[in-house]
Amino acid sequence: MLKCDIAIIGGGPAGMAAACAAYDAGVKDVIVFDREDEMGGILRQCIHNGFGLHKLGKELTGPEYAAVYANMVKERGIKVYTNTTVLKLSNDKVVTATNTDGILKIKAKAVILAMGCRERSRGALNICGTRPAGIYSAGTAQKLINCEGYMVGKRVVILGSGDIGLIMARRMSLQGAKVEAVCEIMSYSGGLTRNIVQCLEDYNIPLYLSTTVAEIHGRERLEGVTIAEVDANRQPIESTKRYIPCDTLLLSCGLIPENELTTGAGIKIDRITSGAVVDQNRQTEIEGIFACGNVLQVHDLVDYVSDEAEIAGKGAAEYVMGNKTSGEVIVTKAGNGVRYVLPQRIVKNDESVSLFLRVTKPFGKVKFTVKSGDEVLATAIRLKAAPGEMEKLTVKAEKMAFAEKEITVELEEV
Amino acid sequence: MNYDIIIAGGGVIGGMVARELSKYNLSVCILEKQNDVAMGASKANSGIIHGGYDPEPNTLKAKMNSRGVELLYKAAKELNVPFKQNGSMICAFGKAEESEVHNLYNRGIENNIKEMRIISGDEARKIEPALSDEVSLVLYVPTAGIICPYKLTIAAIGNAMDNGVELIRNFEICNIKKNDSGFIITSTNGQEVSAKYLINCAGCHGDKVAKLAGDGEFEIIPRAGEYLLLDKAEGSTVSHTIFQVPSANGKGILVTPTADGNLLTGPTAAVVESADNNEITPEGIKTVIDLAKRSVPEIQFSKVITSFAGVRSSEKNGDFIIEASKKVEGLVNVAAIDSPGLTSCVAIAEYVTEILKNMGVTLNAKENWVGNRADTEAFNHMTDDEKDAFIKQNPAYGKIVCRCESITEGEIRAAVRQNPKALDMDGVKRRTRSGMGRCQGGFCSPYVMRIIAEENGIKMEDVTKKGGASKMVVGRM
Repeated sequence: MLKCDIAIIGGGPAGMAAACAAYDAGVKDVIVFDREDEMGGILRQCIHNGFGLHKLGKELTGPEYAAVYANMVKERGIKVYTNTTVLKLSNDKVVTATNTDGILKIKAKAVILAMGCRERSRGALNICGTRPAGIYSAGTAQKLINCEGYMVGKRVVILGSGDIGLIMARRMSLQGAKVEAVCEIMSYSGGLTRNIVQCLEDYNIPLYLSTTVAEIHGRERLEGVTIAEVDANRQPIESTKRYIPCDTLLLSCGLIPENELTTGAGIKIDRITSGAVVDQNRQTEIEGIFACGNVLQVHDLVDYVSDEAEIAGKGAAEYVMGNKTSGEVIVTKAGNGVRYVLPQRIVKNDESVSLFLRVTKPFGKVKFTVKSGDEVLATAIRLKAAPGEMEKLTVKAEKMAFAEKEITVELEEV
Repeated sequence: MNYDIIIAGGGVIGGMVARELSKYNLSVCILEKQNDVAMGASKANSGIIHGGYDPEPNTLKAKMNSRGVELLYKAAKELNVPFKQNGSMICAFGKAEESEVHNLYNRGIENNIKEMRIISGDEARKIEPALSDEVSLVLYVPTAGIICPYKLTIAAIGNAMDNGVELIRNFEICNIKKNDSGFIITSTNGQEVSAKYLINCAGCHGDKVAKLAGDGEFEIIPRAGEYLLLDKAEGSTVSHTIFQVPSANGKGILVTPTADGNLLTGPTAAVVESADNNEITPEGIKTVIDLAKRSVPEIQFSKVITSFAGVRSSEKNGDFIIEASKKVEGLVNVAAIDSPGLTSCVAIAEYVTEILKNMGVTLNAKENWVGNRADTEAFNHMTDDEKDAFIKQNPAYGKIVCRCESITEGEIRAAVRQNPKALDMDGVKRRTRSGMGRCQGGFCSPYVMRIIAEENGIKMEDVTKKGGASKMVVGRM
């Protein structure tokens, strides 16, 4: 069996940044596994711009952002297995993978999970009606158009106002398709404000909130959809039903972390994030296995994926070099108005800790409070907060000293 | 082309009849109106090998079911179709329903079903812990099983083709002329074939085919059944097939693992206008969820990966119709094959062959008939070392195309090439499971499209989901 210090599963933005961070922290024997013929992950099909403003100080396209990190990996001489799919991860950190040379098994001292996420499919949404061609998840359509060069349809309805759906509304319009509507079952969009402005408003594409696709029509290729407003239980209201002829339905209804390898290794998953339960170094509950990027929590911006991956890369390197974090374990909890807090566990040391979280629904001006018992560890004011935009709060080292057993993050409208 | 025998319909019944007839020196052709086989009820049913306790004694259903179980297990082995004898439980919820368990048991005895026993709810929960606390009495049928119905159909037709049977797809029968030498059959797209004998295995369209041939003796009542299929992660929620005591509308909502390891719940039973009415409805979804939870309260319906509906063909008398037409010489009707049709398919094929023999068809056995079909899932069953050696010889087996189900390019190419070839996306899906996992083809579709285009020598723009106008893309950019 082959051996290495750190095995990284996935060569997308998370895997590439984690590899570089681990290398720079002092561990040189790093292997990245990627199933595609090149690293870059989903960025390779995101040919629009808007990437890198926070992290690199300039606005790049997806492939450009990926290239920056791919070059960093190459410059460091980090070993990359492309066209290689990891089939299995064991809890003792043996990675089983396959490529056209055969099956390989590698025993790693540490593993970083960076497999990304998948899109919620039509089947998981229980949309009624027939099952014709022409129904795609937004990302699949994006791949067919941007990477393969094929147009998926001419008259389009989009269900879900996630960022990929919004980006694809613009992309299809630019390519000459008529986007009839974007329907969002919630009363607010899950996408970034800048995408609603730049991708819908600029192209006069209507966004219907509290509206869903109630029925799909057509036997062979899609012929139309029935859309309807929804009631408080998100059920279609009969009197609001209307038919829109279309040959394409794109689904942008949420992303699901791809944690099948994770659960296969027996790693505990957080029910809310659908990613692993981790500490501040992004170490899972199995020592030496780390996770970062969209496999851990679905991010809004790739820049934040890179940030998180650097934490995991550094954490894995420290682990391999024998610098294990030990100390009292503090659990984080989501309080009023907060959907989840990550990391879920903090191993107390004398460093500051950053908490990442999402709110439960859109709010106006809010005040976040981080508390442990009666002790207030940090507060922050935001002019507005929305589930589509991840929040970051930092607890300074001197305040962390007051934390005991549990930290709660909550908000109040102010 | 002229044949000895034409089989109308490439479902599991037509397929098994074809395989049975391929044993003899006869020219046989299957006509299928769709772009692939197993496109009707055979692709969308519960996949259950029924124990045989349910049909009324002395009916064709009772005879075919009790004979069919063993024959089906044997055929599945020969054809390398995965199945599992997992046993079924028919549950009564409280005193009022318990008499029905005893009725079924007694009927099972009359139908000569072995190894059945009645157990208490508590005994049942010992071997099936997820079963509802409300279940008070259970008929336990250990001989029942599960099988993948479309893989069985594909394998039966593929094996028949390997033994010389022809398959014509996209042949929708619109006219049948009868003369002294037999039938002349034409399709909506202008093809014409003829044969001395016609076996009507047209499923929900069986009454229409019979009428076209001059026999209008029965009418098919199409009944739609909706299902919800759950992620493999939920596949071990139960190990047995869990029924509720039957109602007038069928065997009720079941909860079962599938032969491929998912969890399946359904079906509803709604009389519909035609076989094309296979939509998913809000009422259907609600019924499936509510009734499945009655049997197994802890089912995680948030893990549904797809929903589908199949339309079964029934007839007012409630029994199978398997007989030589009384009005049209040379026509054999095999109609109204609803549950337990899948279980009975091999027995029905045997029975049809007997009918043909009585009609004067000469059955000379072929010397070189081969009943086994290559194991299309052999790669999946290999150890890592065996896979490693195999990939070194066949590198395409090292490239994973479908990540959810771990299906390789090698497996997909093999499935596209093997009889009956996969010509479209759904055809690849049913043969290999590529696209059948939790992402439902989100990642693998572009790769599978390319393979289908390459293997069939067509353009990407001409790749379809399921034939006809179901094109995946509308043009090159």
